[in-house]
Amino acid sequence: MTATTTTVAATRTYRDYDRPLWQRLFLTREMAIIGLLVIVSVIAALSVRGFSQPITLTFLLLDVMPILLIALPMTLIIITGEIDLSVASIVGLASVLTGVLIQAGVPFEVAALLAIVAGAIGGAINGFLVTVVGLPSLAVTIGTLALYRGLAIGLLGTTAVTDFPDFWTDLAKARMGNTNIPLVLFLFLALLVVFVVLLHFTPFGRGIYAIGRSSEAARFSGVRVERTKLILFVLAGTVSALAGVYYTLRYGSARGDNATGLELQVIAAVLLGGVSIFGGRGAIHGVIAGVLLIGVLASALRLANVTSDVINIITGVLLVLSVVSSSFLAWLRKRRRAPGGTPRVEASTAG
Amino acid sequence: MTTTPARGDAVAALELRDVEKSFGSVVALRSGSIEVHAGSIHALIGENGAGKSTLVKIVAGLYQRDAGVFRLGGVEVDFKSTAESKAAGVAVIYQEPTLFPDLSVTENVFMGRQPVGRFGRIDRKAMRAEVGSLFGRLGVAIDPDRPAEGLSIADQQVIEIAKAVSLDAKVLIMDEPTAALSGVEVDRLFQIARSLRDEGRALVFISHRFDEVFDLCDTVTVMRDGAYIATTAIADTSVDELVTQMVGREVTDLFPKQETVIGAPLLEVDGLNSAGVFHDITFTVRSGEIVGLAGLVGAGRSEVARAIFGVDAYDSGSVRLQGDAVPAKNPSEAMRRGLALVPEDRRKQGLVLEASVAGNVTLTIRNQLAKAGLITSGFENRAAQVWASRLEVKANALSTLAGTLSGGNQQKVVLGKWLATEPTVLIIDEPTRGIDVGTKAEVHRLLSELAGRGMGILMISSELPEVLGMADRVLVMREGRITAEIDRADATSENVMFAATHAEGAHS
Repeated sequence: MTATTTTVAATRTYRDYDRPLWQRLFLTREMAIIGLLVIVSVIAALSVRGFSQPITLTFLLLDVMPILLIALPMTLIIITGEIDLSVASIVGLASVLTGVLIQAGVPFEVAALLAIVAGAIGGAINGFLVTVVGLPSLAVTIGTLALYRGLAIGLLGTTAVTDFPDFWTDLAKARMGNTNIPLVLFLFLALLVVFVVLLHFTPFGRGIYAIGRSSEAARFSGVRVERTKLILFVLAGTVSALAGVYYTLRYGSARGDNATGLELQVIAAVLLGGVSIFGGRGAIHGVIAGVLLIGVLASALRLANVTSDVINIITGVLLVLSVVSSSFLAWLRKRRRAPGGTPRVEASTAG
Repeated sequence: MTTTPARGDAVAALELRDVEKSFGSVVALRSGSIEVHAGSIHALIGENGAGKSTLVKIVAGLYQRDAGVFRLGGVEVDFKSTAESKAAGVAVIYQEPTLFPDLSVTENVFMGRQPVGRFGRIDRKAMRAEVGSLFGRLGVAIDPDRPAEGLSIADQQVIEIAKAVSLDAKVLIMDEPTAALSGVEVDRLFQIARSLRDEGRALVFISHRFDEVFDLCDTVTVMRDGAYIATTAIADTSVDELVTQMVGREVTDLFPKQETVIGAPLLEVDGLNSAGVFHDITFTVRSGEIVGLAGLVGAGRSEVARAIFGVDAYDSGSVRLQGDAVPAKNPSEAMRRGLALVPEDRRKQGLVLEASVAGNVTLTIRNQLAKAGLITSGFENRAAQVWASRLEVKANALSTLAGTLSGGNQQKVVLGKWLATEPTVLIIDEPTRGIDVGTKAEVHRLLSELAGRGMGILMISSELPEVLGMADRVLVMREGRITAEIDRADATSENVMFAATHAEGAHS
C-alpha cells in the first residue's frame, strides 16, 4: 500500500508450509496413534504368549476386516460432519438377504450382488433423508439402524442359513500360497487405494474437508454439499453390504443379528484414528491405525484370558482419552496463540 | 404522571462520554457519547457502521469499552456481562427477539427468575397474576397462556418489553424495533413506549425512519463514523439537517474509479422476486462498469446477491449472463458460467477459516486444477502462490490458516479465490467492511483495475463514500425494492440516503 506500483507489483513468493517437513510428518495425531499401535504391538508380542505367532495376525486381520472396510466410508462421512449409525444393520441385512436368496435357489454370486445393491439402496435412503429432507444424520441413522436390523431379523427370524458354496467360504478364509496373508486383505487394499485417492487426491475430497470445516462457506464456493453427502451415504451402504457378505462367508452363517453393535466399534476406531467428530479433520492412515489398535488390544487381551467386558472397558477408556486429549490440545494451542482478549463476536450487523 | 426533570442539572439515567472500542485494528467506536434522561425518548440515528450497535452492545454488557465514561444514574459502571447490565436496570429489545418458542408467554416473561412457592415449586399463580397486571398496564391483549411459537414479531417485542418492565428496567433500548412491524403494530409499540416514558423511564430508540423519530422522540443524537456528532431537541431540527449530519463528511478522493469504456451488457437481472424478501428487481451490469447497490442494512441487497448467485432460491424472474440464462439455486453452475460472489460475511461464508490460504484460494478452482481427476497440494500451492502474491496477502506461508489472518488479508484471500475463477461478472458484498484503511484503498484500486479490463462489477456497500467514489451507477434499495437509479454524475450522499430511507424515491 506504500508504493503505488502499477500492474506488476514487486511480488513476493510464499513458502508453501510454515513448519518443516519432519514436523508436518511426525507431529500429527495420526502419527501418535501409529506410534501407540507400534508400542502396544511390541508389548503384546513380548508379554502375551502366542501373540507373536503369524496365525494370530491372520486371525486378527480376518476379525477386524469388516471394521476396516466400513471405517473407510465412515471416515469420509464423519469428516463432512455427519455420521452413519446404520452400517452394522446394513451388514446384518446384506447377510440375511444373501442367505434368503441362496435358500430360494439363487446362485451365490447373484445373491451377493443383490445384497450389495440393497446396501447401496439402504445408504441412498439415509442420504435422501439427510440431504433432501434435511434431517440430522444422527436421528436418521438411529432410525434406519432399527429399521434395517428389524428387516433383517423379520426376514429370517431366529434361524440361520449356513448352506454356502464351499468355494466362497474357503476363499473368505484363504491365505496366499504358503504365507499367512489372508486373500481378503487384497480386497481391502484395493478399496483402501480408492478411498485414499478419493479423500486426499481428488477435488471431491477437497470438497469433503471444506464441508466439514464450514458447510456454508463450501456452499458459497460452489461445492455441491448435498450431492457430496448423498454419494458418501451410498458408498457407506455399499461397503457395509460388501462387509456383510464377507461376514456371512467368514462365519459361514447368515443371521439377522450378525454384526450387531459393530457400528460403535467402527466409529470408535475412526475417532481414535484422529478424525474429529465435529468434522473437517482426519486422514485415512490414522483411521487404519485406529482400527488395528483396537484389534491388537482385543486380540492380545483375549489371548491373555482377559474377559470381553474388560476389553470393552479398555477400548472405551482409550476412546474417551483420545477425544479428551484432542480437545485438551486444541485448548492449549488456543491459549498459547491468544493470550489477550480477542473479540469473540465480530460485529456482524454494524449499525 | 409526567415527571420531566429540568435538563442540565438533573442526573442522566444513562450517560456515555467519549467511549472507545476497537476490535484488533478495526475501530468500531472512536468517540461515542449520549446522555439520556429519565422520562424521555431519545432517538439514536446514523448510517450503517456509524457505531450505534457497538454503543448499544457496550451498554448491554456484551462488549467492554476500551476507554471513556459510562454512567448509569450518575454512577460509573463497568458491565462484564449482560446479566450485570440487566441487574442494573438496563434492558435491550432487539429487532428480532429470542423467545423460547415452546414455552408460554408467561413462562417467557419469567424465564430464569420464576417466583418460587412452597417446597421450591414454581408459583404459577403468582406468575400469571403478575403478567396479567403487567399486560393490563401496558394495554396489551396477548393470551399469557399461549405458547410463544407463532406470535408475530411485534407481539414478541411486546413480551420482551413486558419482561423488561417486570424487571423494573430504568433504561430501555430498542434497536430498530419497527423494522419488521406493520403500521398498526408500530402505533401500539409507540403507545407502550409513551406510557413507559410517562412512568419516568429512559428510552433509547434506534431507527432509520425519520417520520417515526419525529413522531415519537423528544431528543435525537446523531452518530457518524464511530463518533458522536450532535444532540438536538426534535422540535429544533429537520429531516434535512439530520441527513446532513449523518452523511456530512468532507468529500475525499480516496476512492477514485478509473474511467473505463462501458461495453455490452453482461449481467441482466429481470423481475426477480422472492416473497417477503425482495420484489421486482431489474437491472443490468455492463462490461467495464461498477454498479453500486446502496441501501440500509436489511433492505434486501445481500439477499438479491445470493439469489443471483444461486445460494438462495427465488420465486420468479430471470438472471442472464452474456445472454444465457443462469439456472436458479445452483452456485456451482453459476460459477462455471462466470459469476463470482464475494459474500457479506467473510468469516462464515467467504472463507473456510480452518483451511489454509492455499486451500481457500483453490477451493473454487479445484476441478480445473485437477489433472486426470487428481489434485495434489503441489498443484494447489502453485496456483495459490500466484494469487497470494498478486494480491499481496500478508501471510507466513501458504499453509497458514485463513482464520489467523487479519480482516484485510482474509478479504484478499476471498478476492483471490474468486478472481482465480476468472469471472465475467463479480458480485462483491461489502468489499471493505471491517478492514483497515490501507487495504481498503488496495481493494478499491483492484476493483477499478478489474473493471478497466472489462469485468462487470456489482458492488453492494453500506458506505456512502465508497459507493459514490467507485460506482458508475448507483442503485438504491429500500425494503426489498429498487427505489432509485442514479448516475455517477448526479449521485450525492443526500439523494442516495434519501432514496434509502424515503418511500417516494430520490429527488435527484
